Amino acid sequence: MSINRNLTNEQIFLRDSVRRFAEEVIKPQAKDLDEKEEFSYEITAQMAEMGFLGAFLPEKYGGSGLDYLSYIIIVEEIARVDSSQAATIAAHNSLGTGPIYDYGSDEQKENYLPQLAGGKLWGFGLTEPEAGSDAGNTKTRAYQEQGEWTINGSKIFITNASTDITLGSTVLAVTGQQPDGRKEFTSFIVENSNPGMECRQMKGKMMWRSSNTSELYFSDCKVTNEYILGKRGDGFKQMLATLDKGRLSIAAMGLGLAQGAFESALNYAKQRKTFGRAISTYQSNAFKLADIDMGIELARNYLYEVCRMAARGEKITKESAIAKLYCSELAHKAADHCVQIHGGYGLMKEYDAERFYRDQKLLEIGEGTSEIQRLVISRIIGCFD
Amino acid sequence: MNLLVCVSRVPDTATKIFVGPDGKTIDSKGVKYILNPYDEFALEEAIRLKEKNGGEVTALTVSADDATDILRNALAMGADSAIFIKAPAEPDSYQVAHNIANSVKDKNFDLIFFGRQSVDFDSFQIPSMVAELLNIPSVSVVSKLEVNGSKVIAERDIEGGKETVELSTPCAISAQKGLNEPRYPKLPDIMKAKKKPIEEVAFFQVDAAVEVISIALPVNKRVGKILGDSDSDINEIVRSLHEDAKVI
Ligand SMILES: Cc1cc2nc3c(=O)[nH]c(=O)nc-3n(C[C@H](O)[C@H](O)[C@H](O)COP(=O)(O)OP(=O)(O)OC[C@H]3O[C@@H](n4cnc5c(N)ncnc54)[C@H](O)[C@@H]3O)c2cc1C
Repeated sequence: MSINRNLTNEQIFLRDSVRRFAEEVIKPQAKDLDEKEEFSYEITAQMAEMGFLGAFLPEKYGGSGLDYLSYIIIVEEIARVDSSQAATIAAHNSLGTGPIYDYGSDEQKENYLPQLAGGKLWGFGLTEPEAGSDAGNTKTRAYQEQGEWTINGSKIFITNASTDITLGSTVLAVTGQQPDGRKEFTSFIVENSNPGMECRQMKGKMMWRSSNTSELYFSDCKVTNEYILGKRGDGFKQMLATLDKGRLSIAAMGLGLAQGAFESALNYAKQRKTFGRAISTYQSNAFKLADIDMGIELARNYLYEVCRMAARGEKITKESAIAKLYCSELAHKAADHCVQIHGGYGLMKEYDAERFYRDQKLLEIGEGTSEIQRLVISRIIGCFD
Repeated sequence: MNLLVCVSRVPDTATKIFVGPDGKTIDSKGVKYILNPYDEFALEEAIRLKEKNGGEVTALTVSADDATDILRNALAMGADSAIFIKAPAEPDSYQVAHNIANSVKDKNFDLIFFGRQSVDFDSFQIPSMVAELLNIPSVSVVSKLEVNGSKVIAERDIEGGKETVELSTPCAISAQKGLNEPRYPKLPDIMKAKKKPIEEVAFFQVDAAVEVISIALPVNKRVGKILGDSDSDINEIVRSLHEDAKVI
């Protein structure tokens, strides 16, 4: 018996369908793609066919029309078997299509969203070599001359930005100074076909090895006013709001990975015998498994509830930070226990434990490090007032 | 082509089953119900026939519980509409078959599909009963199907081999695993299924042919016994080796 968490029939059916797809289509290839550090166009096309690329976009843009929680369940189920494919989906929806849907003009939406729901990818270019946690230190600049903008600078670690099926990225740039002296930020839509932008794939990742990560270079990259996302000067606000929601998808990845690592550890512990007994019957292992099960149950309650808040349009800055922080640290602990329970085999590539162990680490760093999440929470609870 | 698929709502194969307080039914509290796995092959085959030849696929279920959830799942897979017949109490196979036959007798279905069995009560009876009541030919446990106009060629699994039979529409087919590879329902289709029609049809009263007297779970005996080296324990080991294990 399990807690039903007030899921609708559709949500349960959707979870079961996605789980089957993940088990049968993604899981058999995950290890090999990770080993080769290869982005799979084939799996991405199959995920597009399933409707994962336009998860919460409405039907009129070719999307699947899901509620936010259903989308999060998809990410969770994919991460249960493979973080790389989950990263492609989470980044594309939350960071790629999300801002265009939330802030784009009608023309921008009609132009890009159907393509992005149908199989093309989109990147979200915020991080720079000198601006990660400190996004305010963005160095990429854009200046306007006779109705045309010229962008110069660079971005780093941008998910999905340099595949053959990437259409473009949303790029944050400094466009001037506000009356109060602070920097003015604006988001630009830059297509990969723009000769002023060069996209380079980054190789040699420890984790998410079959997810695409890129550097973007802008040298006198020209765009017109129509390529501004929303209003001039709104860039920073848009990025922060996008990250609030995006963090829920990282939380979902943590929850899914923890679930996968937990199941793998429990199975192994029940089969592996030492001193004539299954190792799951030794209290030190049993308690590890009980702790992870407890963490997963509680994390799932919290994350799903925050998704419902997000769907109602409530402000979730603190809640999404908590969900992301808790789920990513849970994934860390689950993967660690999973390897420990597997003993020597846990260190070998033959077992999923090893991949879980590497993949979880990004979750404590990407979309705001754990330190930054704690900063967000402590600020909101008034520690620094 | 007018196609009917009869589906049933069964406990998820991974669910832990408990017997209800009456000793005759399953305790449905906390049980997750799913579309009977064999029915997925039946649905997939009907949907493929529709995609090839045009027409409509209707899903139907008879159930004492609200089974609209699994009908929505069938609609998400690609059925166009559904019929739900709500039984006043857990029906036996005979009542289910009568209800199916009664509600579809005037609807001119070319093929009526079933799963080879429901994985809850495993009676294997309904496909043949429905065919008999409608006076149409039926073939069970079909693992390959070819439909050309009104000619139907079915391959079925038999002990140690395959049997190929020919029949003509209208007819009833029960699907075996391997008949096809059921599709993954796509997300937009899951959403669209919410808008497809489910018609509720009143239960056709007919007496049950069999009555369930009791159901019981298999007894899971504890295999190990821990004994020490006290005199009474040693006596117990000797007794047990003689009487329980009968090895001496
Ligand atoms: C695989 C991958 C995919 C990514 N995808 C994207 C993407 O699609 N789009 C995008 O824009 N970015 C993306 N990122 C970037 C990611 O969001 C940043 O790496 C992250 O925000 C951290 O920034 P940083 O690497 O510059 O670390 P830094 O900001 O340099 O931090 C270094 C360390 O210092 C700590 N620290 C920094 N400031 C403080 C402080 N004030 N108090 C306490 N501790 C502090 C941090 O917690 C961290 O431990 C991705 C990164 C990776 C690895």
